[in-house]
Amino acid sequence: MAVLTETRRQTPPVETPPAAARPAVFSHLFLTVWALLTTLPLVWAVLSSFKSDEEILTSPWGLPSELRWENWSRAWNEAHIGRYFLNSALVVTGALTLTMLLGAMAAYVLARYRFRGNRIVYYAFVGGMMFPVFLALVPLFFVVRNLGMLGTLPGLTLVYAAYSLPITVFFLTAFFRTLPTSVAEAAMVDGCGHFGLFFRIMLPMARPGLVSVGIFNFLFQWNQYVLPIVLMQGEGAERKWVLAQGLTALAVNEGYRGDFSGLFAGMTIAMLPVIAGYLLFHRQVQSGLAAGQLR
Amino acid sequence: MRGKRLFIATFLIPPLLLYGIFVISPYAQAFQISGTNWSGLSPTYEFIGLDNFQRLLGDGYFWNALRHNGLLLLLLPVATILLGLFFASMISVGGRADRVGVHGVRGAGFYRIVYFFPQVLSVAIIGVLWKEMYAPHTGMINGALRAVGLDGLAMAWLGDPRFSFWCVLVVLIWMNVGFYVVLFSAAMQSIPRDLYEAALLDGASRVTTLVRITVPLVWDTIQVAWVYLAIIAIDGFAIVQIITDGGPSSSSDVVGLRLYKTAFADGQFGYASAIGVAMFFLTLTVAAMFLQVTRRDRVEL
Repeated sequence: MAVLTETRRQTPPVETPPAAARPAVFSHLFLTVWALLTTLPLVWAVLSSFKSDEEILTSPWGLPSELRWENWSRAWNEAHIGRYFLNSALVVTGALTLTMLLGAMAAYVLARYRFRGNRIVYYAFVGGMMFPVFLALVPLFFVVRNLGMLGTLPGLTLVYAAYSLPITVFFLTAFFRTLPTSVAEAAMVDGCGHFGLFFRIMLPMARPGLVSVGIFNFLFQWNQYVLPIVLMQGEGAERKWVLAQGLTALAVNEGYRGDFSGLFAGMTIAMLPVIAGYLLFHRQVQSGLAAGQLR
Repeated sequence: MRGKRLFIATFLIPPLLLYGIFVISPYAQAFQISGTNWSGLSPTYEFIGLDNFQRLLGDGYFWNALRHNGLLLLLLPVATILLGLFFASMISVGGRADRVGVHGVRGAGFYRIVYFFPQVLSVAIIGVLWKEMYAPHTGMINGALRAVGLDGLAMAWLGDPRFSFWCVLVVLIWMNVGFYVVLFSAAMQSIPRDLYEAALLDGASRVTTLVRITVPLVWDTIQVAWVYLAIIAIDGFAIVQIITDGGPSSSSDVVGLRLYKTAFADGQFGYASAIGVAMFFLTLTVAAMFLQVTRRDRVEL
C-alpha cells in the first residue's frame, strides 16, 4: 500500500489537466442519461397531446405536424378533465386549510402547555404515521358511508385532512418548541390572551414550518390515489371524481374509444400545473418533502 | 386558570374528533372486523376467531401476491439506493479535481431539479404515462426499439406474464431514484472536502472513496431511505393497479391489490381486513428488521 501511495504521489493528478478533467466528463455523461430518462417520458406525453390519433398510431416518436389544441379542449370538456380538476382543487383547498388550522392548533397546545394526558394525545397523533393506510381501508369505507358522505366532496375533504394530521402535528409540535418563550411571556404581560397569542404572534412566527409541512401536505393530498378510489364510488360518484381517478378512468376508456390524443392531452393538463409550481418553488418543495420523509 | 383549560379544550377537541372518527376508529375496527365473516351487505355477521388468518395461510393468490411484495422488498431498495448513491456522488464530488480541491459537477442544481420531477407527479399520472409507454404499438419503448432496428425486442410488455412484474419494478425505481439522489447529495454536502482530497492524494480511486468514505458518512440517510423504500415495496398498490391491474394471470399481483379486490370487488370485508392486519404486521416486522440489520456505529466528524 505504501509503495502504491508513493508512486501515485510522483504524478499528482492536479498537474495533468486531461486526466483530471475526465471524471467530470464521465459524471456528466451518466447524469445526462438519467436526466433524459426522467424527462423524455414527460416530453413525449406533451408532444403526443398535440398529435392526431393517426400520428400516434403510426409513429410514436414523431413530432406533431401541428399544434392541435382541440385535443386539449376535448379532454377538458368531453373527458371531463376540467370537472375533475375543479373537484381536486376544491377538495385539496378545503382539506389543506383544515389540516393546517387543526394541526397547528393541536401542535401548539401539545408543544406549549402542560396538562394531564399531553403525552398520550401526542402519541395518539404521531402513532398514526406507523400504520399502513390499507389496514384502515375497509372500516373507513363504512365509517364514511354511515355518515352519508360516501362519494361526496366534503367527505373526501374531511378524510384527507384527518390522514394528514399525524405528520402535521409531529412536525409542527417540534417547530413550536423551538420558538422563543420570551416573546410569548412579553405578550402575556401586555394582556394578550391565549387565543390572541396564538393567532397574532405564534402562528406568524411559525410561518417557515407551516410552509414546509404545507407543501408536503399539498402534494400528499393532490396526489392521493387509494383514498379517492375507495371513497368516491357508488351512484353518481363519477361527477365528484378527483383528477387522479378521472385520469385513470380515461386511460381505461381510451382503450375502447381509441382517443389516444385526448388521453395524452388530459395527462398533460394534469401534469403541467404541478411541474410549473414545482419549478417556481423547487427549493421549498425539495426541502419540504425531505423534511416530511426524514421525520 | 379556567381560561387556560378552556383554551386547551377548544384547541384540542376539534382535531381529536376528526382524527378519532376517520383515523383511530377505522384502525381499531380493522382488527375487530378481521375476526368476522362479514360480507358488508348484511348487518349481521359472526365472529369466527382466527379462521380468516387460517384461510390466508392456504390462499394461493395471497402467497403469490406476497411473493411479489417480497421481491419488491429485496430489489427496490437495493436498486434505488445504489442508483441514488451513484448519481448523488457524481453530483457532489464528481466534478473536476484541481488545485483548489474536489468539486461538485457544474449544473448540479439543474440535475437536482430535473431528477425530482417524478416525485411531484401523482402516481396516477406516472401510472398512466408508463402504461402508454409500454403499449405494444403506440408506446415509446417499442417505438424506440423499432427505430434502432431491434424489432425483435419489441414486445407486448404488459400482456406477457414473464415481463409484467419487471415492468412494474422499473416504474417504481424510475419514480423513486430522483428523490434519493437529492436526499443523498444533500447529506454529502456536509462531508468535509479535505477527506476526499486526502484520499485522492493517497491514490484511492473514485469507487474506493465512494465505498470507504461517502457511504459510511451518509449511512444514517441510507438507513432512513431503506425503511421508506421498504414501505413503498410493501404497498405498490397504485402503480400495479393502474399499469397491470395485477395481471396477466396474477403475474404482477401485490397484497394491497388483493385486499382492495377482496373487499370492493368480492365484498368479503372480514377476509379483506385480515389481509390488512397481515400487511400491518409485515410492515412492522420489516421496519424492525431493517433497523436491526442496518445498525452500525455512527461515524462522528
